[in-house]
Formats: sequence, structure tokens, C-alpha cells
Amino acid sequence: MASENPDREHAVAFTLNGEAVRARVPARMHLGDLLRGTFGLTGVHLGCEHGVCGACTILVDGRAVRACLMLGVQADGAVIETVEGLTESGLIRDLQDAFHARNALQCGYCTPGMLVTAAELLADEAAASSREEIRAAISGNYCRCTGYHAIVDAIATTAEARRDARREAVE
Amino acid sequence: MKAPDFAYARPASLDAALALLAEHGEEAAPLAGGQSLVTALNMRLAAPRLLVDLNAIPGLAGVSEEGSIVRIGAMTRHRDVGTAAIVRERLPLFAAALPHIAHPAIRNRGTIGGSVALADPATEWPACCLAAGATIVVLGREGERRIAAGDFFLGLYATALRPGEIVTAIEVPVPGQDAVWGFDELARRHGDYALVGLAATGRRAGGGLADLRLAFFGVADRPVLARDAAAAVEAGDIAGAQAALAGELDPPDDPATRAATRLHLARVLLGRVAGRLRGDTVTEGGRNGV
Ligand SMILES: Cc1cc2nc3c(=O)[nH]c(=O)nc-3n(C[C@H](O)[C@H](O)[C@H](O)COP(=O)(O)OP(=O)(O)OC[C@H]3O[C@@H](n4cnc5c(N)ncnc54)[C@H](O)[C@@H]3O)c2cc1C
Ligand code: FES
Ligand code: FES
Repeated sequence: MASENPDREHAVAFTLNGEAVRARVPARMHLGDLLRGTFGLTGVHLGCEHGVCGACTILVDGRAVRACLMLGVQADGAVIETVEGLTESGLIRDLQDAFHARNALQCGYCTPGMLVTAAELLADEAAASSREEIRAAISGNYCRCTGYHAIVDAIATTAEARRDARREAVE
Repeated sequence: MKAPDFAYARPASLDAALALLAEHGEEAAPLAGGQSLVTALNMRLAAPRLLVDLNAIPGLAGVSEEGSIVRIGAMTRHRDVGTAAIVRERLPLFAAALPHIAHPAIRNRGTIGGSVALADPATEWPACCLAAGATIVVLGREGERRIAAGDFFLGLYATALRPGEIVTAIEVPVPGQDAVWGFDELARRHGDYALVGLAATGRRAGGGLADLRLAFFGVADRPVLARDAAAAVEAGDIAGAQAALAGELDPPDDPATRAATRLHLARVLLGRVAGRLRGDTVTEGGRNGV
């Protein structure tokens, strides 16, 4: 592995929204810039670039992660999904519909990060029930428009609908 | 902002990582979860010339029980520390601290070794280590050193770690049958760094408490054991314990939160946690600490 030796630029290969991709990445470039600049995935929103706002949240190996706090060179070997990939796969269709129905976005800047954070929460069937839990889960995602209530509504609605669907599937 | 220019290496063994750190000296920094270091790079508060990524080194992550010790690998992510079955069973204090550490996406990536090495005085893991009497295991080219948590945290972002050394594990003694614990924290928003926090351990003895360790954080340049307050709680004198804190804590004073406010909040927290340790109050999910 070339990246065992110090260099200011490294080759990476990873899975991005279901596709195998490669790139050469400067060490100092964070993953958010790599995804936006090199791969055109501008759904990865950059707000603060120091981990506070949550707009850049993506899934790395199935877990929500700040794209601004991982280096692009660290994508090597990972499975990465952005809001674009989650949208295309239809995995968060219900969540997106609920955001729409509940007016859970206004300017939309926080929305990709909210959706990805909620997607991780909702994937855990044991969690994601009470509004309190939902609020704790999105505590690291700033929204300057909605006042959060509508976002919590949308996630709670989706959680409930998925729970009902699972119950029906069992019966 | 964007990070300054630096080189990056992802060694595949501890030996290779130690060799790189030795070769590049002060210009190199280990990279663990990056949840503090990459922040500092992006804000240009740090400018190492080389990042030595610890993420590809096998064996540094994971939790295991070895005799009377729970061993937590340095590269274990915050989330995996707090949700590990062994930790939930044996070290409920650490499990209780987890939800207070930042937010899910940061807990998914940040590591306990990184938190301990950074030694931010307002953070949860160092205080838990101190309360639980943990040992910090570090490895350098000269070999391994095992440092008691009480000797490891030396000040604001200052530890007993020597240049070129890597934290490899945290070892926590398994509490006995009659052990009690308590954890609570006050922050402005859920997941923010603590204004004041308290991690406590001890054991039931007779009708009361013994061997109480009250590790406060956010109220000095490092996590501190409030010994006089602990003695007062053991004697059943909570008011006396709260009064004793004035002589034991040295809270930072800033315009957003005055030192006097933090001291007051520390007393409030002590009242809550001591009450739970003694079984006076019942909190959600049962008796915290018993
Ligand atoms: C918005 C936000 C909120 C946060 N809130 C909290 C909070 O409430 N509580 C909390 O505890 N933390 C909080 N953090 C910090 C987070 O927990 C970090 O993960 C943690 O402080 C550092 O761990 P890391 O693995 O990310 O280390 P890194 O950022 O990779 O490294 C931190 C420092 O430690 C050194 N280092 C790392 N690992 C080792 C090792 N094994 N041996 C030797 N040196 C090492 C690095 O060189 C660097 O100097 C927050 C972070 C953000 C961005
Ligand atoms: S841009 Fe990454 S958290 Fe704000
Ligand atoms: S909709 Fe504008 S920031 Fe959330």
C-alpha cells in the first residue's frame, strides 16, 4: 500500500453511492471537498468545516460521519453514501416525502445532513421512537430556518410508519 | 477554512507508526478519529507537517475482559465503547457517559484514545478514567508504560504522554458486587462540551457509602477528584460536601459562564449525583448508580 509512506498526495479507491471510484487526493483535502469538487456531489453541504453544523454529514460504512472531519485520503477502501446515493436508491423516499409533507425545510441548507443523520437513526429499528431521542440524534445538526419542530415531526412520522409496516409484515 | 499543507501516511503496524513518529519528531502528529485534530487543522490552529493515521493498525480497536480488567483499545470509537456489551455490563459509568459526548456522527468516528491523549478538561472520558481508577497504556520506542489516570492528566491539553508515544489502550478495573456509580453533566445544548460534569464511583458499606471518588470535569484545567467532598458524602453530609467544593475546584472564568456559576452548578450536580448514589431519588430507567 503506497499510503504507508508519507506523501502529500495519495491514490484512493472506494465505493461511492454504489459505484467503484478512484482518485488522487491531496492529503490536506477533506472528504467534503473531495466529494463536492472531484465527484460533483454538491448535496454534501459545507457550513462550518469544523464539525459543528452537521450539513456535511454522509454515511461511511453505514455510519453517519462528518465529511469535513475526515480526510479525502481516508476514504480509501470505504463504502460511502451521500444524500444523492440515498435518494437514488429510494432508501429514504418515505423520509423525504415526510419532510415535504411537514414543511421540514425552508432554505434546505441543513437538509442533506438532516436526512443522512435521520437515515442512520431510522435504520436502527430499536431506536428512533420518542421525540426526545430524535432531538438528541439531530442535536449536532443546525437548522437556522425551521425551528426544528417540523423536522422532528417528519422523522417521528417516518419512524412510526416504518414501525407499522414492520408490524404488518409480521402479522 | 481549509487545512494547511501536510503529508499523510497510514502505517499498517504499531512499529511502523512509532518509527514515523520518531523520525519526524515534533513535526508529526498521530491521527485517530480526527474529530478534534481535523477541526484544528481546518481552523489552522494546528500545523503538523505529517499526519500518522492510526486507523489501519490492527488490534488497536475493541473491548475485552481480561480477568478483573476491562481493556478498551485506544482506537475504539466513542460509540463502540459505550455500546459494547462488556462495558454496559461491567462499566455502566462509561455507558452512561456516552450520550453526553458530542453528537452521533462525532461519536461514530472519535476515539477514546484520542480523547485521553487530547486531555480537554471539559470532556467525559478522562473524568470517567479518573473516577474508575483506570490505567492508560502507552507505547513508545523504549517500550510500554502504564500510567494511572490520576498521574496522566497534567493540565490543559497536557498529559504524561512523551513525544513519539502512542496511547494503545485504557484498562479499567471491573467494579465489585457492591459498587455504585453516578454520572451527570450540565451543558448548554445536548452534546455540547460540559459546563460542569461529574463521574462518580464508590461502594456500599454498611448503610452508607465508602471509597467514593468524585471526578469533576469542566471546573479546572484537568479532571479533578474532590476528596473532601467525597469524605463528606460518605459521612452523609451532602451540604458539607457541596460547601467543600469551593476549596477543591478551580473553575475557569469566562464571560459566558462565570467561575462562580460553574461552582454553583458543580454543587447542584453533586447534590443530584450524591442523592442517586445513596438511593434517595429514582431517575428514569431505574436507580442510576445502584
Ligand atoms: C462539534 C464537536 C463537539 C464535540 N463535543 C465533545 C464532547 O462533548 N465531549 C468530548 O469528549 N469530545 C467532544 N468532541 C471531541 C471528540 O470527542 C474527539 O473525538 C476527541 O476529542 C478526540 O478524539 P479523536 O479520536 O477524534 O482524536 P484526533 O482528533 O484524531 O486527535 C486528537 C489529538 O490526540 C492525538 N492522538 C489521538 N490518538 C492518539 C493516540 N492513540 N496516541 C497518542 N496521541 C493521540 C492527536 O495527535 C491529536 O493531537 C467534540 C468534537 C466536535 C467536532
Ligand atoms: S461543514 Fe461539516 S459539520 Fe459543518
Ligand atoms: S432549512 Fe434552512 S437551515 Fe434548515
